[in-house]
Amino acid sequence: MPSMPIKTRAIILSIVLFFAFTAAWEFSIGGGKNQLAGVDPEYAALMGATAKGKSAMPGPFEVGKQIFDHFADPFYDKGPNDKGVGIQLGYSILRVLVGFGAAVLIAVPLGFLIGMSPLFYRALDPFIQIMKPVSPLAWMPLALYTIKDSTISSVFVIFICSIWPMLVNTAFGVASVRKEWLNVARTLEVGRFRTAFRVILPAAAPTILTGMRISVGIAWLVIVAAEMLVGGTGIGYFVWNEWNNLSITNVIAAIFFIGLIGMGLDFILGRLTKVVTYAD
Amino acid sequence: MSELAQIRIDGLKQAFPSPDGKGETTIFDEVWFTVDKGEFVCLIGHSGCGKTTLLNILAGLAEPSGGAVIVRGKEVVGPSLDRAVVFQSHALMPWMTCMGNIAFAVTSRHPNWSKEQVRAHCQKYIDLVHLTGAENKKPSQLSGGMKQRVGIARAMAIEPEIMLLDEPFSALDALTRGTLQDELLGICKETEQTVFMITHDIDEAILLADKIVLMTNGPDARVCEIVENTLPRSRTRHDMHKHPNYYPIRNHLIEFLVNRSTEFAKELADPNYDPRNPPVVRPAADNQMPPGSQSGMRRARAVNG
Repeated sequence: MPSMPIKTRAIILSIVLFFAFTAAWEFSIGGGKNQLAGVDPEYAALMGATAKGKSAMPGPFEVGKQIFDHFADPFYDKGPNDKGVGIQLGYSILRVLVGFGAAVLIAVPLGFLIGMSPLFYRALDPFIQIMKPVSPLAWMPLALYTIKDSTISSVFVIFICSIWPMLVNTAFGVASVRKEWLNVARTLEVGRFRTAFRVILPAAAPTILTGMRISVGIAWLVIVAAEMLVGGTGIGYFVWNEWNNLSITNVIAAIFFIGLIGMGLDFILGRLTKVVTYAD
Repeated sequence: MSELAQIRIDGLKQAFPSPDGKGETTIFDEVWFTVDKGEFVCLIGHSGCGKTTLLNILAGLAEPSGGAVIVRGKEVVGPSLDRAVVFQSHALMPWMTCMGNIAFAVTSRHPNWSKEQVRAHCQKYIDLVHLTGAENKKPSQLSGGMKQRVGIARAMAIEPEIMLLDEPFSALDALTRGTLQDELLGICKETEQTVFMITHDIDEAILLADKIVLMTNGPDARVCEIVENTLPRSRTRHDMHKHPNYYPIRNHLIEFLVNRSTEFAKELADPNYDPRNPPVVRPAADNQMPPGSQSGMRRARAVNG
């Protein structure tokens, strides 16, 4: 039998894995039929389904139905604690765009400077190295205390966490522009700004955009964590709220949506990277 | 010094500090020669004699440890649009099309030209190097020979005083090399371009050059002598070997590359050797001066005198 193209085979394998996972999931929540006799009725009412020994963990069909319901009406607004998933995601995406956008505006010029000047590279390197590994959760209290506003604090935390990959990649991309291209510009008496925009920037663009792609992924990770701490609106808050409501179904549904949006952001930046990539 | 001289190389020296830190290694020293307007000069030498370094100094991309390069009476300080370089590895910007690469050079030279003017100018040179139809292709879509053609077109499009070529054809296969040599010969005849080229291909030098500068081996390389091409200007690749002077020149160059470049120390010790006026040689079949090079002899006398 002739071998199928690899794309088709991959899709089939993905579907098989999905069904295998779903079946395993459905099977794993079915257990625990033992009834606890003589359990206090008030306690039973409080604990809900778990008191009877059944896991509160939803099955794939429950989650699937919940996701479908969310898709059916994503933008409803019934008050501060009950907004549609679409609205929550909208808030999160907006914060990410603002924080990430601010990070781009700082990272690219600063990365240029660091990449072109060995002096600045050495001078700024210790600061970069010490701030890079700090978790967003550690920045949050400081931000809340100084900035006070919770939305701006979240945006700041996105900024301070997503700037590093872009900064490092931009510096690296700029510093590794091929010398012969720079020599060409020199022999053509091209000024510094024109060289920076017409030679260095396009040459370093693939590396810069790869850094941006990594940064946007980190920004999306951070916003979910930040919103859990800060609360109000956003998908992170939604997750935390549903956890407090013990609606694991919605927690899992939210995870699905978070992954979906993250995939979308990565896809957009992947496309942009392709646009500026050149064959060498 | 003759006012004809476009470039004068005065006592150039290049040395680097030794790896062991004690003293320095001299790549070349006491390099003196001239390139006149409209002349095509080739520099021949083995690897390691500093040919590319010398070209980089001429282009203004590197600074010599000693001596100077004088162009039109002024010392060379830094690169200039008047000294266009064709690099060994084309050095095209891969994100620009052919037209874009050449246009980048043209707009550097003429920043006030309109888009149409730039386009028309670039098209002229694309046609000159026989690349019509490939204007919108990116370098990755071109063959090695085509890429080098774009490099040459880019250098010519800025209409420089001097073109500097760093072994432009050494990375190409023999067939493409032959084609491009013919094209370059034709272009230079038409435009009377002043050219300084580095090569280690003897036949290329004999075909293209009016004057061939021979450099001995590094370290401590010197200009051994200057060979004037005694073949007529109408020479072509297909029939130059039929001319009686072809083999004398060729043999002289081979003799240099194989033997004399390494044993130059003896010649250096000769009191008649003056680095400022390296001997000018005109190899010919009958060892008499062929009719075409009377002016050459006058020039050489001025140099030697």
